[in-house]
Amino acid sequence: MLEIKNLTARIEDKEILRGVNLVVPDGEIHAIMGPNGAGKSTLSYVLSGREGYEVTGGSAVYNGQDLLAMEPEQRAAAGVFLAFQYPVELPGVGNANFIRTALNSIRRARGEPELDAVAFLKLARAAIKNLSMPDDMLKRNVNVGFSGGEKKRNEVLQMALLNPGLAILDETDSGLDIDALKIVADGVNALRSPKFSALVITHYQRLLDHIVPDHVHVLAAGKIIRSGGPELAHELEAHGYAGLEAA
Amino acid sequence: MAAVTETLDTVDRLAAQKYKYGFETAIAMDEFPKGLNEDIVALISAKKNEPEWMLAWRLKAYRMWRKMEEPDWARIKHPPIDYENLYYYAAPSGPAPKTLEEVDPSLLAMYEKLGIPLNERAALAGVESPTVAVDAVFDSVSVATTFRETLSKSGVIFCPISEAVREHPELVREYLGSVVPVGDNYFSALNSAVFSDGSFVFIPKGVRCPMELSTYFRINARNTGQFERTLIIAEEGASVSYLEGCTAPMRDENQLHAAVVELVALDDAKIKYSTVQNWYPGDADGKGGIYNFVTKRGACRGRNSKISWTQVETGSAITWKYPSCILQGDGSVGEFYSVALTHNYQQADTGTKMIHIGKNTTSTIISKGISAGHSNNTYRGLVKIMPGASNARNFTQCDSLLIGDECGAHTVPYIESRNMTAKVEHEATTSKIAEDQLFYCRSRGLSEEDAVGLIVNGFCKDVLKELPMEFAVEAQKLLAVSLEGSVG
Repeated sequence: MLEIKNLTARIEDKEILRGVNLVVPDGEIHAIMGPNGAGKSTLSYVLSGREGYEVTGGSAVYNGQDLLAMEPEQRAAAGVFLAFQYPVELPGVGNANFIRTALNSIRRARGEPELDAVAFLKLARAAIKNLSMPDDMLKRNVNVGFSGGEKKRNEVLQMALLNPGLAILDETDSGLDIDALKIVADGVNALRSPKFSALVITHYQRLLDHIVPDHVHVLAAGKIIRSGGPELAHELEAHGYAGLEAA
Repeated sequence: MAAVTETLDTVDRLAAQKYKYGFETAIAMDEFPKGLNEDIVALISAKKNEPEWMLAWRLKAYRMWRKMEEPDWARIKHPPIDYENLYYYAAPSGPAPKTLEEVDPSLLAMYEKLGIPLNERAALAGVESPTVAVDAVFDSVSVATTFRETLSKSGVIFCPISEAVREHPELVREYLGSVVPVGDNYFSALNSAVFSDGSFVFIPKGVRCPMELSTYFRINARNTGQFERTLIIAEEGASVSYLEGCTAPMRDENQLHAAVVELVALDDAKIKYSTVQNWYPGDADGKGGIYNFVTKRGACRGRNSKISWTQVETGSAITWKYPSCILQGDGSVGEFYSVALTHNYQQADTGTKMIHIGKNTTSTIISKGISAGHSNNTYRGLVKIMPGASNARNFTQCDSLLIGDECGAHTVPYIESRNMTAKVEHEATTSKIAEDQLFYCRSRGLSEEDAVGLIVNGFCKDVLKELPMEFAVEAQKLLAVSLEGSVG
């Protein structure tokens, strides 16, 4: 379970998060929607530990562990996964090698045995097949020369293989055509289990047609101003954030 | 034979430090008095039972060296080297070993510690088939060369150069100094006067060397310069892949290493020369470390011959090294693949020279420089197209990667073209390891150091893939280890 209490954070002198309260129990998928500049990406970076974001108050605890006191790699080992809005290119680094190194780092941190190249490849091929992705995905260099859609798919592939307890998807749907959107959604849906939870950050209702959330929250000006069921997303789609803030 | 006295101190120091090759082997040594003069040169020659012509050659070199001055054009800084305060010869005492059984067991144990499979019996008795023959050079002498008999069946000569001077004088006289003339530069002249050992390789006409050849260099003695000399000759249609590895103990004072390597490729011959240089780089404050002043040059004398240099340079306080190709034969090919990594206060000024003389000659230069800490890393390269080199081609790519903001990367390409039909391309990039790359890796569970290692290895991939497999794996680990503490 993820519990965020009164979380405030800033970048340099600018207050971005102004007291976020949110509880995501295991097994649930929560969507966070909101206008540009509301603090959605900041929230995902603060939860995953990116430098440059200063937490000024509050707490974020996942399965009893104080996330804010941990290094990014420790958070990954604790089961937190961030799917990037803009996945980063790593020239010369093979995708299979990258994901295996990551998986083995996490396994090592958890005291689990590492996977050798053969065992990993078996796992990776199965995941690729499940996600209907091309085989060469593993051979290519991490995100280098990938189209926008391929980059997002690669995020989903990594997520499937690292098998996190809590996935944070930071506008993973932006710039995707409908087919790619479905692959991303299928990837998340495939992970659904009583032990898996997700925070799906998005601008648009359309992703939520494919990943049906248990709860929808609206983040505006650094605070969650409304929470509701999936129907809230439809309401936003119809009336926009402006209507909501006025209400 | 001397008893081995590996002190507890040495072991403790090993455990405490990251440079895992920094141990010293206690062994009785023969050393000549410090300093250099004609008597010392004569002593070295006598110690090796050299013929008269060899001594004359050395003395000529010595006299040239006395009149020369240290070059000062490289982007390196160091206090003056006191050539009178160095030992020019150090070797385990006692008569030279004739077979592996006669080698001091403590030396064999040291090479084992370094991971060099010196003991051919084990390999011959073992399950795996032998694939690498090793010549091990300890301070000034070659202590053992493995698999010589296997090699000699195909006519390949692989032996210490001191032995070649005695046993194969006709070959040595013909080729020694023919690629790097005695007076080529200050350090080559010094080496020619005092070189004590190194490897000699001769691959006869039409023979493809049946295994990788490897030389392992180790500086052990204090205040001692190491001046090895390597000569590789590939006759018509012959081919060979040669590997070279280097380590040294950790010491507070700087030590000089000035080697000369000469390669000769005749018609259709191929020589691939790979180096992983990991001399002690000095400590985090820049104290100690090896001064590495090396002249390496290959002559593609024959038509369609090929010489390929691959180097991974992570060690030494100073690296001054420009493995070059003289593309004389029509259609000959020169390649230079280099990774130079500097950290802390290391300085590297390295690159290559590709001299196109023959028609339709081609050269490729891929250089990857990585700078971290307070280090300085310079690529210096010359591509020269002579008037007769019609349709010569060169492609050069120089990439620099910076880690942190107190290091420097410099690229100094010289291009001289005297033939209108030549094509010379040069590409260069400089980048920093980006914060978003590090965060991306860490968010996937990689530690910061593993992330840097992965990114750096990716950056060097085009060069590392040129290395023989087992060397490539070693080099990858070495890059990661050499960068420990470079971030955060």
